[in-house]
Amino acid sequence: MKTTAPRRVIPGFGLTFGLTLTYLGLLVLIPLAGIFLKSAGIGWQDFWAATTSRQVVASYRVSFGISLAAAAANMVFGCLAAWSIVRYRFPGRKFIDALVDLPFALPTAVAGIALTSLYARTGWLGSIFYPLGLETAYSRLGIFIALTFVGLPFVIRTLQPVIADLDIEIEEAAASLGAPRFQTLWRVVFPALLPAMLTGFALAFARALGEYGSVIFISGNMPLRTEITPLVIVKFLEQHQVEHATAVAVFMLVCSFVLLLGVNILQRWSESAGAARA
Amino acid sequence: MGIQALHLTKTFGGLKALDDVSLEVPDGKLVSLLGPSGSGKTTLLRILAGLEFCDHGTPAKILFHGKDVSGVPAGKRKVGFVFQHYALFRHMTVFGNIAFGMKVRRGGLRPSKDRIKNRVGELLELVRMSGLERRYPSELSGGQRQRVALARALAVDPEVLLLDEPFGALDAKVRKGLRRWLRTFQERLGLTTIFVTHDQEEALELADEVVVMNNARIEQVGDPQYVYDRPATPFVIEFLGNVNKLVAGLSGLPKEGGNVLYVRPHDVDIVGPDEAAGEYVIKARVQHVFSAGNYGRIQLERLSSREPFEAEISRERLRQLEIKYGDVLSVVFRHVRLFPRGKFFETDVRDGKLVGLRDSLPTNGEDG
Repeated sequence: MKTTAPRRVIPGFGLTFGLTLTYLGLLVLIPLAGIFLKSAGIGWQDFWAATTSRQVVASYRVSFGISLAAAAANMVFGCLAAWSIVRYRFPGRKFIDALVDLPFALPTAVAGIALTSLYARTGWLGSIFYPLGLETAYSRLGIFIALTFVGLPFVIRTLQPVIADLDIEIEEAAASLGAPRFQTLWRVVFPALLPAMLTGFALAFARALGEYGSVIFISGNMPLRTEITPLVIVKFLEQHQVEHATAVAVFMLVCSFVLLLGVNILQRWSESAGAARA
Repeated sequence: MGIQALHLTKTFGGLKALDDVSLEVPDGKLVSLLGPSGSGKTTLLRILAGLEFCDHGTPAKILFHGKDVSGVPAGKRKVGFVFQHYALFRHMTVFGNIAFGMKVRRGGLRPSKDRIKNRVGELLELVRMSGLERRYPSELSGGQRQRVALARALAVDPEVLLLDEPFGALDAKVRKGLRRWLRTFQERLGLTTIFVTHDQEEALELADEVVVMNNARIEQVGDPQYVYDRPATPFVIEFLGNVNKLVAGLSGLPKEGGNVLYVRPHDVDIVGPDEAAGEYVIKARVQHVFSAGNYGRIQLERLSSREPFEAEISRERLRQLEIKYGDVLSVVFRHVRLFPRGKFFETDVRDGKLVGLRDSLPTNGEDG
């Protein structure tokens, strides 16, 4: 008698899985492996030297620090924006909703130039901020502005469906049980949104780390102060130090991976245990 | 009086959900709001809970035990509200859900941790869920979630309990068990309770008093037997129980309201196959016969007007009469209800003769 294999709803598991692997392999795994191989070419000592020189370390601080800050800001304000777009009906809502995707579509160099001309000392916005002591261009604040710009849609688009799915009855139940508005937000709404907020954070962070085009215009690119890691990599390439460039890239990849893994674990935890601790 | 609601009017974007509705619920009673979807029953419940507010400028007033709560926000009305889909907090355990109402109280009003723990324990026992406090809502069955929602609502020591379609999302078997349980439960607590349902069987079986709603208005209020036996309007008779609606009328009955008459299937009597057609005897052809349990159902078609109607007789009688498809029978309507222009007539027909014709407007009293 023939044994029957468990039937799957979607047939052709072998085919789809094979395609997935090929696809991922060609686009992600092989190129990444290439980077690792290339960087291994310079030997451990040079690798260490390339990835820990003063200028490179300063660029990590700029890249990781400001990317984290921008992602955190986006998590908060993106959440508010998503909430307003989903929950409230106001004139121009559709327009604003469409506007959110713009940073996705705009060539980042265009965004960088636009932001720079706006936020420079003589720009429309810069002329407001500079007198207040805020250097909004050619500074770390400028990088922060650019990275916030490119990361925002990730948080909003991640949160929108989750907020739309959030049952209003849950809030009504909390209100009916006597919870003040703030308690309802903190104990009921926030825990329900937290996993999506963290996902949005991770996406915005990853996007900010890799951002190049918009930052190089607004940052001023001063070594040790406003130089981002991707720029350092490009500089190595321009000096034909391909191995050094890939070494820094590898270092950056590993760090990002560890950070994103951490966010993922945090997100898993927030999903399951949630507010059982409350 | 447990709950008094006076002159409630609510419009949603031009559509009337409640049209000057007033309602009184005696203390400790279990009352059901019964009506089809869109009749305004849920809106009424939500307004009582403070989750929705009446239109501005209307003379609406809501009193709980004589206290005006019209302007009191939901959280301070002392209302236990159970949502149709439970609205449990998914990220909290059963314990967290039930304790929520106590934990969010401000400052001195918040019970101590031990008190909360004890109270949750009591409530869990009350709803027969002891030992499940560490479960998450996703790990519970529908009936269990329902009971957690109930315990959560009771945790704030409400003065009135409001349930929105409490059994709507449960399967038939669980529903029956939970229904009976809720009845004894409510009696024991003595809590003034209103529940919304569109299931007439549920309303009639469970409630002390039924409020039938239609089109943003209350059609009739009364105890279930009264409302079933003496429906005040065509809507009520059509909505409660099975009824035959015959538009061709019957000679000898008042004609003020047109010819429409209503007959319950069990008020249709088969008087024999060959009786002559008298004033109240009509001829009908058998279309279908089916019997289940104690009853036999016969689908008939009136010969003169080709109107279909249904008769319900005992299985025993069905056997005696040897009714089969295609037979032509003589039929008598024992009780007929007419609603000429808001009036109400009830007839008694025996042996093909009209022995009584009552002309009465049913009052909302409890003489039924």
